[in-house]
Amino acid sequence: MVDIRNISPRAGDVALLVGTTKGAFLFRSTVARARWERGGPHFPGHAVYAMAYDGRAGRHRIWAAPESMHWGSVMRSSDDFGRTWSQGEEGNVRFPAATGKSLQRIWQIAGRDDDPRTMYCGVEPAALFESSDAGATWSLNRGLFDHPHRPRWEPGGGGLCLHTVLPHPADPARMHVAISTGGVYRTDDGGASWRTAHKGVRAQFLPDKHPEFGQCVHKVVRHRDRPDVMFLQNHWGLYRTDDAGESWSDVARDVPSDFGFAMAIHPHDPDTVFIVPLEADTFRCVPEGRLRVYRTRDGARSWQPLTRGLPQKEAFETVLRDALCTDTLPRAGVYFGTRSGKVFASRDGGGRWRAIAEGLPPVLCVRAVVVGGSTAAAGRGKQKAEGPKR
Amino acid sequence: MRVTFVLPGPLHALAGGRTEVVVEAAAASVGQALAALWAAHPALRDRVMTEDGRLRPHVNVFVGHRSVRFTGGLDTALYEGAEVAILPAVSGG
Repeated sequence: MVDIRNISPRAGDVALLVGTTKGAFLFRSTVARARWERGGPHFPGHAVYAMAYDGRAGRHRIWAAPESMHWGSVMRSSDDFGRTWSQGEEGNVRFPAATGKSLQRIWQIAGRDDDPRTMYCGVEPAALFESSDAGATWSLNRGLFDHPHRPRWEPGGGGLCLHTVLPHPADPARMHVAISTGGVYRTDDGGASWRTAHKGVRAQFLPDKHPEFGQCVHKVVRHRDRPDVMFLQNHWGLYRTDDAGESWSDVARDVPSDFGFAMAIHPHDPDTVFIVPLEADTFRCVPEGRLRVYRTRDGARSWQPLTRGLPQKEAFETVLRDALCTDTLPRAGVYFGTRSGKVFASRDGGGRWRAIAEGLPPVLCVRAVVVGGSTAAAGRGKQKAEGPKR
Repeated sequence: MRVTFVLPGPLHALAGGRTEVVVEAAAASVGQALAALWAAHPALRDRVMTEDGRLRPHVNVFVGHRSVRFTGGLDTALYEGAEVAILPAVSGG
């Protein structure tokens, strides 16, 4: 029987949501981020590829997408930091039967900052789902699903997934999504129609290196204060756009490899971006057995390795596309998890790191939250699980 | 026709804590009996079936001791008093 621990963050605390191949773990620290208390594992035995926190409109809601090999994927939420979860009854994210598709995996959960009731999730097979009631019900975005390119998108190593959802921070009609392998698509009419937005991004694995679509984009980030500038980690290639994806420029300078998955942007500086380069698609580990986060502070004109506190030998680690993130404190924290089950944290923007967890199952996603407002935190304690709450 | 479904542990909560559910329906086939089960406990459906109406690939349904995968799938004929077990396959990691 799995012993599930609960955490009870209070206003101002930092919570770290960690999805793994065997469940979700929640960590809590005070604003000092010096000591971390572990909660979980929630959904033991389930893979959790996507987690998110919805702090809009006074909510303190954690979202997770536990996936069972047997019973499928479902979206579940908790308003008390994991003490209780919605049951996710009747498969709340479902393809209409007429599509002939069935949900394989939920890869991404996102909300709109300008509308606290609007949420999105990106799924496999590649499609976008939308909610206009804060996640109570979901519907398939037909504009993207009916795009003539969709039947010719191909799965990457992780499957045919829509893994990145970037709503424009101020214009509800605009949004970008990224698909592996399909590329970057944008809508300017609220999701009714979509067009490609990856000109200049190469497809190293195809005879035509710059096809109309089919790029294997791994992650895209943008800063809310400068939404037309985006950065992109590709399946070979690091890119920047200054025109919302109309054209991309290669910015892979001073990095040991331009292959990788993870990418995160600084919460307060739109020119600061973090990546974790990997050796190659044929050897998806950090180069030379040295675990290095690379950071640019000048909008990707240059990149510098961050190594203090990170193992620099015999560290054949892999960081997946959603396993790197930042918090929003004035002195931003940066966090990442590895496929070997370690979680590293920096509380000074990447200058110094330390492991806050080791021995977890392989880490799939990491999200950091600064808890706002009143959380009405209940007493700390433990609960016994009789198995997954499904 | 009276059919008894035997549910696996992870699905008990979605059937009000029941380990077994008896359906009385004009259910000549497994598919028809499952439809009666969904009517009684709708949350079970999406855990056992995909959206396009197939059994999930790692879920097995047995009538007596025989898996319906080898007896006609959802069209497998039922009989009065049949016991239908829903079980997770031996898979995972």
